[in-house]
Amino acid sequence: MADIVLDKVSKSFPDGTVAVRDVDLEIADGEFVILVGPSGCGKSTTLNMIAGLEDISSGELRIDGERVNDRAPRDRDIAMVFQSYALYPNMTVRENMAFPLRLAKLDRATIEQKVAEAAKVLELTPLLDRKPANLSGGQRQRVAMGRAIVRSPKAFLMDEPLSNLDAKLRVQMRTVVSRLQKQLGTTTVYVTHDQTEAMTLGDRVVIMRGGAVQQIGPPQELYDHPANLFVAGFIGSPSMNFLHAAVEEERLRTAVGDVPLGDRLRRELAAEDAPRELILGIRPEHFEDAGLVDEQTRGRGTEFEAPVEIVESMGSDKYVYLTVSGERASAAELEELAADVGADGFGGGAANLVTRLSAESTVAEGENRRLWFNLEKIHLFDPSNGRNLTLHEGRAAGALAS
Amino acid sequence: MSTETETATAVDRAGPTGAVPAPRRGRVGRPTLSEGKRAERRLGWLLCAPAALVMLAVTAYPILYSVWLSLQRFDLKFPDEREFVGLANYVTVLTNDYWWTAFGVTMLITVVTVAVELVLGMGLAVVMHRTIVGRGLVRTSALIPYGIVTVVAAFSWRYAWTPGTGYLATLFGEGAPLTERASALAIIMLAEIWKTTPFMALLLMAGLALVPEDLLKAASMDGATAWQRFTRVMLPVMKPAILVALLFRTLDAFRVFDNIFVLTAGANETSSVSMLAYNNLIRGLNLGIGSTMSVLIFLAVAIIAFVFVKLFGTAAPGSTDEGGRR
Ligand SMILES: Nc1ncnc2c1ncn2[C@@H]1O[C@H](COP(=O)(O)OP(=O)(O)OP(=O)(O)O)[C@@H](O)[C@H]1O
Ligand SMILES: [Mg+2]
Repeated sequence: MADIVLDKVSKSFPDGTVAVRDVDLEIADGEFVILVGPSGCGKSTTLNMIAGLEDISSGELRIDGERVNDRAPRDRDIAMVFQSYALYPNMTVRENMAFPLRLAKLDRATIEQKVAEAAKVLELTPLLDRKPANLSGGQRQRVAMGRAIVRSPKAFLMDEPLSNLDAKLRVQMRTVVSRLQKQLGTTTVYVTHDQTEAMTLGDRVVIMRGGAVQQIGPPQELYDHPANLFVAGFIGSPSMNFLHAAVEEERLRTAVGDVPLGDRLRRELAAEDAPRELILGIRPEHFEDAGLVDEQTRGRGTEFEAPVEIVESMGSDKYVYLTVSGERASAAELEELAADVGADGFGGGAANLVTRLSAESTVAEGENRRLWFNLEKIHLFDPSNGRNLTLHEGRAAGALAS
Repeated sequence: MSTETETATAVDRAGPTGAVPAPRRGRVGRPTLSEGKRAERRLGWLLCAPAALVMLAVTAYPILYSVWLSLQRFDLKFPDEREFVGLANYVTVLTNDYWWTAFGVTMLITVVTVAVELVLGMGLAVVMHRTIVGRGLVRTSALIPYGIVTVVAAFSWRYAWTPGTGYLATLFGEGAPLTERASALAIIMLAEIWKTTPFMALLLMAGLALVPEDLLKAASMDGATAWQRFTRVMLPVMKPAILVALLFRTLDAFRVFDNIFVLTAGANETSSVSMLAYNNLIRGLNLGIGSTMSVLIFLAVAIIAFVFVKLFGTAAPGSTDEGGRR
């Protein structure tokens, strides 16, 4: 049990790569924190610095208030689970789990008891005498977890522990990890690629990009109030729609019609150095079939018409894909996100929209449909630095906020 | 030899994926190979046949011929007295003090040099594996001794230890180190170790590359010191590579010849068994006794290889563990 504080922690490698830049992070005792971000953003490096496997170039790392920058991993009392599981191939499951205890020079009976306990929690008891080579992926994963929990460390560090499992097993193990963490109440830092894991597992999520922290907060907060374009695009599946928006006096001209602006935004955009072009962000669920919106709600949004390309009915709701003509949104962040997803899903081509409509909608492929979207839920980003302009004191207030 | 086995395993490996599962018909209960499997096995044999034939021609024939010679009294100085004597030559050699002295010397050299080489080679391998700056330079310079022809190196050692000309001779007072048994043996071993440690290091380095970085990180997280990481994680994972290195070097060391030939020529009871066989066979022209010794050396080497292969057997599960991971 411990709190972990990263105070302006940076890492530069001998070849000049700056992998982590000025990361400030306070992890409370017992908290479950997720580090998430695209490949190469410095998640593993950050985790390795907390573990002591990488030296910290500058800044300070404190565990329980004590500076531990120069402490060897074995003196930090932290356990780690690796993506490759890193089980010792020459040892049985029992020996693997007992290894940290034997190194800690516990007596035989205690070791035996602790291993048995951990094995029971993780349902490994029948496998104790097997070698790792004779285990399935999921079982190996559990052994790796077992090896971490046997010695009741101050904290767990996990580097993409589930990414070698197939999709179904991953979901299953996700609940195991979550339950285990709640049960033990051990401070946990968990690295993942997968934003679903990030959203479902953690108390708080840290989004990183290019070695720098973009935003820290509970998953729902990141979803509702993204600080910038990158966070907005990274969190959510399907991801937020981004459209180009031109600033014109009191409104924005976009491919989905004109968007009126509230007082605050108008004031902000009236400034001399204010951007003349913005990026409009709308989440799929903030669209609705215009025919299904009641009068009261209608006023909070605006309508547009567009040709429907594909309709996917999910039962509970419908995913509708539309094409709207107009300039595509462009920003460095969007390109990076697209590269990470490996697709041109972000503002690619002639702006494709992904919308999520109620199941009652009678929308059909090929027709022109009138859609409505909620102006209170939209986000506006400055393309030059990605900042979310609708964010006011940490809350996103939509376009109309005064 | 190696080409032969490689071809065979490559074919084996291609087996399960490459074979078309032939429909199993008739003859229930008799485990027969499917058509495809059998065709593949035949192809396997055909592929390694040329290598096997060449091997037979260049090794089996001389071996059998020397066995044949070892069963005869055959001294080229007395060619008329050639006759079949059965195992008499073996009795002669195995009851002879020179043979056992040479055998002892050979064993001593083998055990000491291989042990020292293993330790030094491991150190060198770790250094070569870990160095980040000037990696190429470190590796190249470490391998230089292995690149020098043994006889040339042996001569330079001989001159170095010869009083008057050598820079090392005066190190241990007066006297001529190469003319006394203990110091001569020490110098022979030194020359051997100097020469072949790089080879050992090279083989071990291949083994080091087998140890996943994550495994060592996991061990540090589990609380292992550097030494514990080495002994409890690295060595077990490297075991197959270590055994290969030991096998190669033990077989080599047991046949030690050139260094002794150049440094002492076997004087003062510093002969190895190879040296003794050479003296009888080439110098003494006694084909019968010389061949007997050669056959005995062959047997000793075969026994060493057999013992190591037995050890491999126990290491094999560990090595399949490796392959099975991930
Ligand atoms: N030893 C090293 N020397 C130089 N650069 C390195 C080294 N290790 C990592 N890097 C660089 O540091 C950056 C961050 O790497 P890191 O492994 O932390 O990424 P990551 O966020 O864990 O990515 P992934 O999701 O792919 O695992 C990368 O750009 C990487 O190329
Ligand atoms: Mg990583």
